Parts: sequence; C-alpha cells; structure tokens
Amino acid sequence: MVPISYYLILSGILFSLGVLGVLFRRNILIIFMSIELMLNAVNLAFIAIARSLNSMDGQVIVFFVIAVAAAEVAVGLAIIITIFRNKETVDVDEMNLMKG
Amino acid sequence: MELILFSFLAIIAVISAVVTILQRNPVHSAVALIVCFLSLAGLYLLLHAEFIAAIQVIIYAGSIMVLFLFVIMLLDLRKEELEQKRKLSLRVSAIILMLILVFEIILIMNVNILTGKPGIWTAEQINAVGNTQVIGKILFANYLYPFEIVSVLLLVALIGAIILGKRKIE
Repeated sequence: MVPISYYLILSGILFSLGVLGVLFRRNILIIFMSIELMLNAVNLAFIAIARSLNSMDGQVIVFFVIAVAAAEVAVGLAIIITIFRNKETVDVDEMNLMKG
Repeated sequence: MELILFSFLAIIAVISAVVTILQRNPVHSAVALIVCFLSLAGLYLLLHAEFIAAIQVIIYAGSIMVLFLFVIMLLDLRKEELEQKRKLSLRVSAIILMLILVFEIILIMNVNILTGKPGIWTAEQINAVGNTQVIGKILFANYLYPFEIVSVLLLVALIGAIILGKRKIE
C-alpha cells in the first residue's frame, strides 16, 4: 500500500510545474495547458485523500471539476481564436491594449 | 508491486509535465500533456477510482486535448518564429517562487495522518456494489443541486463558445 503522502507530494510537484509553465511561457496555448495541468494535480489530491479517508465525496467533486474544466476550455479557446483573428499573434506580451 | 507501478506512473507524469512546459512546438506540448493525463488515469486506477479514470481518459485526453489540437492546427502556429523568452528577472523569480512552493507543499503533505472525518465507503463496501453505482448513488442523492447547476453551466459555455466563434455578429 503506497502511503498517501506520496500521492500528495506528486500532486504538489505537478501543481508547481503548472505554475512554472504559466509564468515562463509567452504562448497563450501553453499557458492554458499549464492551467489544465494544475487542475489535474488538484484532482489527484482529491482522489488520494478520498481513498485514504474512505469517502466517495472526493470522486464526485473530481467529476464536477472535470466538467467545469471542459466548459472552461471551450470558452477559453473560443476567446483565444477571437483574439488571434484580431491581432494575428498568440504572444501574451503583445496583448497590451489596456496598458497605461 | 503497487509501489513499482506508482513510481513508474509518477515518473512518467512528471517527465511529461516537464516536457509540456518546456517544448517550443505547441503540438509537442499537447501530446506530452496527453501522456501526462494517461499516466494520471493509471494513478486513479491504483487508487480504486475506476469511473474517474475512465472519465479522465474519455473527456480530458479524448476531447479536451483534441479541442486544443484543433485550435493549434486552426491557428497554424508553426509558421510563427521562435517565441522569445521572457525577461530574465521574471524567469529567475519564477524559479525561486516555484522552489519555495514545492518545498512548502512537500513540508505540508508529508503527513501520514489526515485529520478529516472518515467516511463509510471502504474498498470492500465499494466493490460489493460497484464503483460507478456508488458514485451514481452519491451524485444523485447528495449532490443533485450541483449536478443541475453544472448542466446549466455547460449550456452557458456552449452558447458562449458558439457566439465567440462567429465571424460577424449581424
């Protein structure tokens, strides 16, 4: 039986890698993929703790997180396509219309 | 045996996550992220969450990442020149903050005693009824209201994505 802290540490490492991806990259699609990575790290933590506490609520919450993530990806990609149609770039440092 | 499987899947997950955030080509990043999701589905199977593992493969690896690849191909980003790195000060501070975050998370997560209230669904009880049946029972009994709200949310996302995708708003 693998101790539950191993799963939680793995979830923490994946979350940190997602944060690093958001801060490091300029391509907005890679930033979006790093956000999905963060969501999956949290899903792993939910299921690990649900298993260790003999509860099923964690798995139901993961079900909802996956549904919400799917909705967010659909709308987010539609926004990215709209931005690309207007500015012909996916570089986040070029999106400075509101800069003072 | 379980430890060998766990380490194998965990190493694949971490390596594919690193490849995701470091690759130049977005298509390579998307494929690496699919590998990460599949290894996470394997980890869910190790944790006796068969329904969530199947949902992860079908929805995350099978439709969300396919949508990502559609958009990458649609925008045709291969013609863009190599993206420049961000400012050096931003990169250095990002690495320092990430190391602090990892250290804090490992410090906190290194607990073997969780102080939540234990539930009633032990592994034997779940296997007696079936994982999907138990999730169905709890979803439609305790979580009925969030379930309906999520369906409204999906409808709103659907309408929003269609409107945002139109070329001209007449």
